Amino acid sequence: MVELALQPLKESDEVTPERIRKIIDRHEGALGGLIAILEGVQAQFGYLSEKALGIVAQETGRSLVDIYGVANFYQSFSLKPRGKHLVSVCVGTACHVRGAPAIVSEFEQRLGIEVDETTEDKEFTLKTVNCLGACALGPVAVIDGHYFSKLKKSDIEKLRHDAQEGFDRAGDEEDRRIFPVDVGCPFCNHSFMDSGFYINGRPSIRVTVSFGDKHGWFRMSSLYGRYDIFSEYEIPVDTVSHFFCPHCHAELIGSWECPMCSAPMVPMIVRGGGTIRICSRSGCTGSDGHMLDLR
Amino acid sequence: MINLTINGLKTSVEDGSTVLEAAQFLGFPIPTLCHMEGLEPYGACRLCLVEIGKAPNTKLVSSCTYPAQEGLVVRTASSRVLKARKMVIELLLASCPQSKVIQDIASAHAVNQQRFKQEHEDCILCGLCVRMCKEQMMAGAIGFRGRGENRSLGTPFDVKSEECRFCGGCMYVCPACQLRCTFNEPEKAICGGCQNLSPPCVEEEKFDDMMCYMAPCVACEIDKA
Ligand code: SF4
Ligand code: SF4
Ligand code: SF4
Ligand code: FES
Ligand code: FES
Repeated sequence: MVELALQPLKESDEVTPERIRKIIDRHEGALGGLIAILEGVQAQFGYLSEKALGIVAQETGRSLVDIYGVANFYQSFSLKPRGKHLVSVCVGTACHVRGAPAIVSEFEQRLGIEVDETTEDKEFTLKTVNCLGACALGPVAVIDGHYFSKLKKSDIEKLRHDAQEGFDRAGDEEDRRIFPVDVGCPFCNHSFMDSGFYINGRPSIRVTVSFGDKHGWFRMSSLYGRYDIFSEYEIPVDTVSHFFCPHCHAELIGSWECPMCSAPMVPMIVRGGGTIRICSRSGCTGSDGHMLDLR
Repeated sequence: MINLTINGLKTSVEDGSTVLEAAQFLGFPIPTLCHMEGLEPYGACRLCLVEIGKAPNTKLVSSCTYPAQEGLVVRTASSRVLKARKMVIELLLASCPQSKVIQDIASAHAVNQQRFKQEHEDCILCGLCVRMCKEQMMAGAIGFRGRGENRSLGTPFDVKSEECRFCGGCMYVCPACQLRCTFNEPEKAICGGCQNLSPPCVEEEKFDDMMCYMAPCVACEIDKA
């Protein structure tokens, strides 16, 4: 089944010690694990609530004030609930000179909120950042993971509208449930597309899979919505496997959990924007299926 | 043992000593603010700057955090050190002129005015209270939040901390805290107004176990009487 994952996940996602324990177990050990744990908590619950941090403190045996200090130091952590769409406007030096302040105030007006606030309908959160590394294209803003360059005040209203529609769908009248995607490694950016092996008449997506003592190739259909897979070794049902990039050999893992079975999700980037995540558990309903993250 | 030279004087100190400890051992005065025996060095205030190395490649380092090294050459009162120290004192005065501790340091170094924009901060972010609370009181109730100019001190989420047991250790060490009562040393008391107050601690039951830093406290004495 195809599931659209919009962040933050549903509000029914209650923060419980058990769920947080699970996230912590995945990053067991070294002191350095704290950031990964907090990323995991934020990915699952959308933000870091007081309750969640309290549980992390209790479970890891660290003092709350240390954890709070870390959570509060990094821009990417949010201690307040975030809206469905995250708008980050660059106010770095280059963008500032090119008119970022006007872009910020236009967003503020259009959304009716100030920086670091969330609209009442929980649709938008507005933030500023201090350089996105795209200075020559300034003023720059990132909305739900999509970059927009050389912004003018007159662009903003359309962006707001498109963001709400979902950028991948905006301008696309038919609802095509099955369409081809080109994906690659989120770490080295190499393509996973294998034109030496076709599935459903399209080059297949090839990665490396590892479970138990087995280590081999894994291919799947690049038609979003089709779940045909081929694997060098048959993966027993209910096995959580590790997936690797065949080029840089990095493990394909992020801080997301399958919303159905809580196994880690395998991230891949889509050419042209967006990410796809598949569940790493074979046989899970989220498995074989692609998760299209509309950010 | 480590051999080093301070202001031309050769000395040897134990492994793991800091330059500050070595200098104090020899009796060279180095002013400090964020340093306190029994707490981990933190290096926040920069008041304890000294010059190390041989000319022309010398540099300024904070002596409270700099480990003594074999063959190190240290000057604690070179003109470069004095100039930098004066600047640090001026900056401290600019941020928190109402602090008695900072005023005393300034007057001891004959700094009578400062050239920066005058602020009146409640906190100079020296971290003494955080270390006190964590390392000596084993509470870990307070800490730093945020960064850059938004860095501030307090409890997580700004709500009363479950860990805090009102020991007063944080106020006791704070060089800026205006809440700190000085009546525990009568000759330093400012107004004695606290004699009429009932602080939260006296309503606590196990006051004796709290290791209160305010002792002898006027309120306690009244309570006992
Ligand atoms: S009163 Fe004691 S326990 Fe409470 S914050 Fe201060 S040092 Fe920590
Ligand atoms: S509250 Fe006082 S002791 Fe704590 S960091 Fe600020 S100035 Fe230092
Ligand atoms: S009454 Fe005691 S605790 Fe209160 S401020 Fe005075 S000395 Fe401190
Ligand atoms: S300043 Fe905006 S991208 Fe660098
Ligand atoms: S006493 Fe060394 S930096 Fe403050």
